[in-house]
Amino acid sequence: MVKFNLNGEEREVDADPNTPLLWVLRDHLDMTGTKFGCGIAMCGACTVHWDGVPTRSCQMFLGDIEGASITTIEGVSGAAAEAVQAAWKELQVPQCGYCQSGQIMSAAALLNETPTPTDDDIDAAMDGNVCRCVTYVRIRKAIHRASEIMNA
Amino acid sequence: MFHQLTKRTFQNAKPTRRTFLKFSAGAGAGLLVGAYLPVATSSQAKAATADGEMMFNPFVRILPDSSITVLSKHLDKGQGTASGLCTLVAEEMDASPEQMQADFAPANNEFYRNLFFGVQGTGGSTAIPNSWEQYRKAGATARAMLVEAAAEEWDVPASEIAISNGVLRHDGIGKQAPFGTFAEAASSVTPPADPPLKTPDQWVYIGKDFPRVDVPAKSKGSIGLFGIDLKLPDMLYAATLRSPRFGGKLVSFDASAAETMDGVVQVVEVPQGVAVLANDTWTAFQARDAVTAEWDFSEAENRSSDAILEEYRALAQTEGTVFEEHGDALAGLEEAETIIEAEYSFPFLAHAMMEPFDLTVRLEGDRATFWFASQLQTVDQAVAAQVLGIPAENVTINTLWAGGSFGRRTTPDAGYIVEAAMIARNAGTSRPIKLTWSREDDMRGGYYRPLVVHRVRAGLKTDGTIAGWHHRIVGQSILKGTAFEAALVQDGIDATSTEGVAESSYAIPNFRGELHTTEVGVPVLWWRSVGHTHTAYAMETMMDELAEAAGEDPVAFRLKHLADAPRDAHVLRLAAEKSGWDTSPAEGRYRGVAVHKSFNSYVAEIAEISMDDGGRMRVEKVVCAVDCGIPINPDNIIAQIEGGLGYGLGAVLRNKITLIDGEVDEGNFDLYEPIRMSDMPEVEVHIVPSEESPTGIGEPGTPPIGPAVANAIFAATGQRIRDLPFSEHGLV
Repeated sequence: MVKFNLNGEEREVDADPNTPLLWVLRDHLDMTGTKFGCGIAMCGACTVHWDGVPTRSCQMFLGDIEGASITTIEGVSGAAAEAVQAAWKELQVPQCGYCQSGQIMSAAALLNETPTPTDDDIDAAMDGNVCRCVTYVRIRKAIHRASEIMNA
Repeated sequence: MFHQLTKRTFQNAKPTRRTFLKFSAGAGAGLLVGAYLPVATSSQAKAATADGEMMFNPFVRILPDSSITVLSKHLDKGQGTASGLCTLVAEEMDASPEQMQADFAPANNEFYRNLFFGVQGTGGSTAIPNSWEQYRKAGATARAMLVEAAAEEWDVPASEIAISNGVLRHDGIGKQAPFGTFAEAASSVTPPADPPLKTPDQWVYIGKDFPRVDVPAKSKGSIGLFGIDLKLPDMLYAATLRSPRFGGKLVSFDASAAETMDGVVQVVEVPQGVAVLANDTWTAFQARDAVTAEWDFSEAENRSSDAILEEYRALAQTEGTVFEEHGDALAGLEEAETIIEAEYSFPFLAHAMMEPFDLTVRLEGDRATFWFASQLQTVDQAVAAQVLGIPAENVTINTLWAGGSFGRRTTPDAGYIVEAAMIARNAGTSRPIKLTWSREDDMRGGYYRPLVVHRVRAGLKTDGTIAGWHHRIVGQSILKGTAFEAALVQDGIDATSTEGVAESSYAIPNFRGELHTTEVGVPVLWWRSVGHTHTAYAMETMMDELAEAAGEDPVAFRLKHLADAPRDAHVLRLAAEKSGWDTSPAEGRYRGVAVHKSFNSYVAEIAEISMDDGGRMRVEKVVCAVDCGIPINPDNIIAQIEGGLGYGLGAVLRNKITLIDGEVDEGNFDLYEPIRMSDMPEVEVHIVPSEESPTGIGEPGTPPIGPAVANAIFAATGQRIRDLPFSEHGLV
């Protein structure tokens, strides 16, 4: 039995400690906002916040998160996350939308750390999040827009 | 794909029984309306109307709460089709964008076939073009019925009722009401036979930006949208071990290690290999990996892609089947002042959609229910029925939103549907089973953009015009052996192998095109923009070489050969003007141009690149001009051009599927590195105003980017890249 905090609530999961957090969330806890894309931390679709840090949940294992505080797209909140989600709508970022949970989690974490990111900051923070519809032009614009919203 | 079907299927479209559906849903009774189909059959429809028989099919659902659900006959895999159809319906109804939502229609050829295909399916950038009339008629019908119901209730002439933003209004008697008030009453109104459509000057949404209906949910985790997220009570999770080589047959397997794993429920043999059923996805993957198997490769494709490429290069030296000939190419070349010969190679490419295949099936006796992102609903339904030995009407397809496709989900053989059906049948359970493919399953699963070789000899006259053009293409047919073969493979020529070279917009007086269709055991499929993925590259880099040889500006040289192609010429001029083509690029920047028509849309792209000291390039900016007829949703057109060119750019930068002794080397995004944020250029899109019918937009942004960047690389380095991807030349 592993105990951790998920989106502000204490949870207990009884599963193989080698199970990736991604699959704990999706199949054991029915939290499907976090997506499976590659399983090897090369696409970022499964990005969650681990104690506030954007992390690929496909490479985090249940046995490693005892006592951790995990935030998923279902629970992400705060000025940065809200600004990002508002900007995503304003600029009509998603196409298929499958990667966007991960994109939003990475973008919110970036803006929490760096409220006014440069293009280079965006490249560095977002290069791990693949979008096969290639919405990068709008993701970049939306992060700048979210920064404006936050700093207004 | 399939655009050649247009005329034939329009002619074959038959009006059928008048159907008017009233329905009940959780929110109460409402109105479900549709439209008469299609324009080309209006005379038949009118004739049939006389005896009460006419086509009426359900596209629009209105509830008492005034929500309007548009039933999309097309899959939406990110290209914005569902929102486009909502735009058309909302336009004719004068609904407000906020009340619109989309749902996917069930599998039904009679009501929901693609009017260009004859079956229900999405592809070839046809979703909006084939629905343009149909969904506007659906909206106009719904509007007329609501107005009629209101007129009766208010006791006023229908002609005096106005609608705006989803509110019916009669100013004379001072009454107004939202649609929902009359949803139920309208359901008993006789639908008008031929409701008038708005004229372009009356449009309030078409040509403006209509918000996408799916963006709010997709900004919050897409809960409940995708098949991979589906969970049903008592569900089992499946993963399949398949042959590591295409065409390998299972000889024997050992699943003893898998069967002892916690959470594994059952192991079943299927024609595709060995499937493991477990209590969750991760366990299914782990247990699948623990199965060992012996395969018979005697009929498999055992070659390496390098060997296939060498065979193609040899074939390119020999005469193929002529697919187009006008004038005398060989004589023209004899007399040419300058001749350029070039051979191009294009690798196999994986689609690598973000959401790998997943499919949930429940088989209960002689009834099967599927939940997945079906892109060829009635084909998938028919194939599933066939392999399960049950009637097609017993197969229910619930279409869900797709996490990308780029062609991959349009499988004429319904391969992964068959796999899931066989798992359900052989497992002998009525529990729902969700089959999920891993990234490796997807990447190594075949159905690639074919490996293709082009060999081109083109010559110039002394006046700098093209003297002759001899073009050979070598590659597999996508359509051969599929249900589409009869319609689209004519005299041995698969139109999807030659499109983009065939019927070129350029005035080439002496042209000969030849095709070698090869037999290779690697399954191939349409990949965003299909044949144009390689034909545009060969055509547009060769045009650039000819311009250089003629000592002419690449834009001017193209325009000289586009005198009879005004729409191509217009987008080219527009892109040149907007990119400042006539002025020199900044220090260290280099430009390249390409223009290409595909799916009846015209796109010009001018790429500007920079080179670093190590000889590595980066695409900095792309200026595009697009003519896709009436621009229904300009912002979505821009989004599709951004994404379409980005998708093509990723492939030409560094994507290649490699077979080594029949086994695919690349299994995941580490070796098949997708385009990332830092690779992405700034994109500027200019849309040509048009009154022509809307044409495709999902694919036409893809073909020009490769040649535009290649031509910029030439401007920077003097190097002509004829073998893709660019990464093999040390450029990225």
